[in-house]
Amino acid sequence: MSHDMSEEKLPEPHGSAGEVADHGNPFADPGLPAHEPRRTDIDERAAKRAERQVSLMFVVSMLATIGFIASYVAIDPDKIVYIFPLGHVSALNFALGLTLGVALFMIGAGAVHWARTLMSDVELPAERHPIEASDEVRNDVIDQFKTGAAESGFGRRKMIRNTLIGSMALVPLSGVVLLRDLGPLPEKKLKETGWREATPAKPLQLVNMSTMQPMKPEDLVIGSLTFAMPEGLTTHDEDFQQRIAKDALMLVRIAPEDIKDDKSKELGFEGILAYSKICTHVGCPISLYEQQTHHALCPCHQSTFDLADGARVIFGPAGHPLPQLKITTDDKGNLVATGDFEKPVGPSYWERAR
Amino acid sequence: MKKLSARRRHPLAALVVLLLALAATGGLYAAFAPADKAQADVAAQSLAIDEGKKLFAVGCSSCHGLNGQGSSDGPSLVGVGSAAVDFQVGTGRMPAQQPGAQVPRKKAIYTQGEIDQLAAFVQSLGPGPITPDAKQYTSTNPDDISKGGELFRTNCAQCHNFAGQGGALTKGKYAPSLEGVDAKHIYEAMQTGPQNMPSFPDSTMPEEQKKQIVAFVRHTTNDEPNPGGLTLGSLGPVTEGLFGWIFGLGTLIAVAIWVAAHTTKAKKS
Repeated sequence: MSHDMSEEKLPEPHGSAGEVADHGNPFADPGLPAHEPRRTDIDERAAKRAERQVSLMFVVSMLATIGFIASYVAIDPDKIVYIFPLGHVSALNFALGLTLGVALFMIGAGAVHWARTLMSDVELPAERHPIEASDEVRNDVIDQFKTGAAESGFGRRKMIRNTLIGSMALVPLSGVVLLRDLGPLPEKKLKETGWREATPAKPLQLVNMSTMQPMKPEDLVIGSLTFAMPEGLTTHDEDFQQRIAKDALMLVRIAPEDIKDDKSKELGFEGILAYSKICTHVGCPISLYEQQTHHALCPCHQSTFDLADGARVIFGPAGHPLPQLKITTDDKGNLVATGDFEKPVGPSYWERAR
Repeated sequence: MKKLSARRRHPLAALVVLLLALAATGGLYAAFAPADKAQADVAAQSLAIDEGKKLFAVGCSSCHGLNGQGSSDGPSLVGVGSAAVDFQVGTGRMPAQQPGAQVPRKKAIYTQGEIDQLAAFVQSLGPGPITPDAKQYTSTNPDDISKGGELFRTNCAQCHNFAGQGGALTKGKYAPSLEGVDAKHIYEAMQTGPQNMPSFPDSTMPEEQKKQIVAFVRHTTNDEPNPGGLTLGSLGPVTEGLFGWIFGLGTLIAVAIWVAAHTTKAKKS
C-alpha cells in the first residue's frame, strides 16, 4: 500500500517520544507516547478504500444470510454430499453452517476492520479522582437525612416504627411457606420398586428385555448377560421410564463355586444372580459386565462392583453394593421374584438406612 | 418280439444281456443308495477333524493342551464350540501373541480352510455353539436395521458405544471397536462371549435378533453417512470438547493475535 502514499503527507518524525525523560529518576512517569496517525487518517484515498472494504464485508454477510435462507428453502434435507475432509455429510447442514458462519464472521471482521482503520484511535486519558464527595455535599446530605428522620417521627412514634419492623420481618415468611411445594416427601417411593407386587403366593415373572418373554434357568448359560423387567410392564406404558429406572435387572450366571458371598448365592437360583441395574452412586444404568472377572463397571464414574461377591464396591464413588433381588422358579419353571429388593435401589438419600 | 427271439442265439447276444444287466444294477444302486453322500460327508468331517487335530497340536496345544483340556496358560476348549474357534482364529486374536489384559485383534494367520479344520476338531471335543452360515447373519429386510438398533442400545451400547466405536473397561481391558468387523464374527461374538464379553445365547437372544443387531452394526459402522460432518471418533463430548477448546478457541486466539500484531499506523516502527 505504501506506493499509494506520497512521502510529503507523512508527518514529521517525533524524536524520542515515549522514552523516559528524566534519566535521574527511574520511576518518573514517562507519559503517553506521541500519537501516530494511521494511513487512513492522513490519506483520504486510503480512508475511502477502507470504507469500501468494511462495506464489502457487510455486503458479503448479507449475501450469506440470503444464501442461508435460500439453502433452507432449496436443499433437500436427505441429500448427502461428499466434502473432502469431512466425508459424506448432509448437504443442508453443511450449507446452513457455512452460510451462517460466513454471515456472522463478516459482521465481526467488518466491525474490527472499521474500528482499526476509521474510528478515532486517539488515546484519551481519563485521570483518576477521589471517589469521596466533597465535605460540603456530605454535610448537606447528612443534614437532609436528619431533618427527614425528625419530620417522619420515626424515632418518636414508636408504634409505627415497631409495626413497620414487624411487617418487614414477616414478609420473607411467604417465601419460606412456598418451599413446601418442593414436597411432598417421597415417603416409600425411594425404598420400593415395581417388584414389591411380588409375593411368595403370587410371584412376578422376570421378562427378558430383548424377547419380552419369560425365561427359564436353563436359558441362561454361564457367562451370559441378560436384562430383565417385571411382568406386566410394557414399553408403551405411560410411566415406563419412571418404572424401568427402578425395576431394571441385570441377570448374570456365575458358576456356583465361583460365588464368594453365601447370602448372594442364596438369593440367586443355581448361580443365576439378579442385580439391580441402577448404580448406587447417582443412578446410571450399569451393565459393562466382564464375564471372566465378574466385574460390572458403571460408565458414568467408573464405580466397579464384584458381582461374584455380592456386588461389593471394589472401585469408585458408589457407597453401597448393588441390591440383589431374590429369585426362584414357579411351577412352570420360569424365573420369578417373590418379593422386593431388600435394600433400596439407586443412589443414597437421607432416610436410607445404612 | 419275434425279431428279438430270432436273434437270441446271435454270438453277441450274451454280451448285450450282460451290458443291460450291468446298467440296470448300476442304475438301481445309484437310485437306492442315498447314504452314499452322507458317508462321504462323514469321511470329509473325520478328515477335517484329523487335519484340525494336527494343526491344533502345532499351533494351539502349547497353551490349550494336546487335547484342548487347557493348562495354566490357556483355558479348556471343551464345549466352546466351532463358532468360538472361527471367531478367535478368524479375527487373528488366536494364536495370542503375548499374555496381557486382553488379546487384541490382528491379521489372521490361518486360512479359512485351516480355521474350519481347527473348528471341526474343537467341536469334536464337546458340543458348543456352531459356526453360523451366511443365511443366519445376512439380513435382507431393511427393517432389521432399526430393530437391531434398539437391541444394540439395550444390550451392546453400554460397552461398545452408541456408534460401535468401543470403549474402556477395567484394568486395561476394553470393548473393541466394531468398525470393519465381519458380519459372521459379530454374530459369533454374541454366540460365544469371547474374553470378557458376556455371551448372548440363542435361548435369551434368538438368532433373528442377532441378525438384526449385525445389520445395525454393519450399517452404522460402514454405510451410514454422518450428516453432521466430522465424527471425531463418535466418542461424544470428550473429543468434541477437545476439538472445540483446542481448534475453536485456538483459532480465535490466533486471529486476535494476528489483528493486534498488524498495526495500521502509517509509520511502521
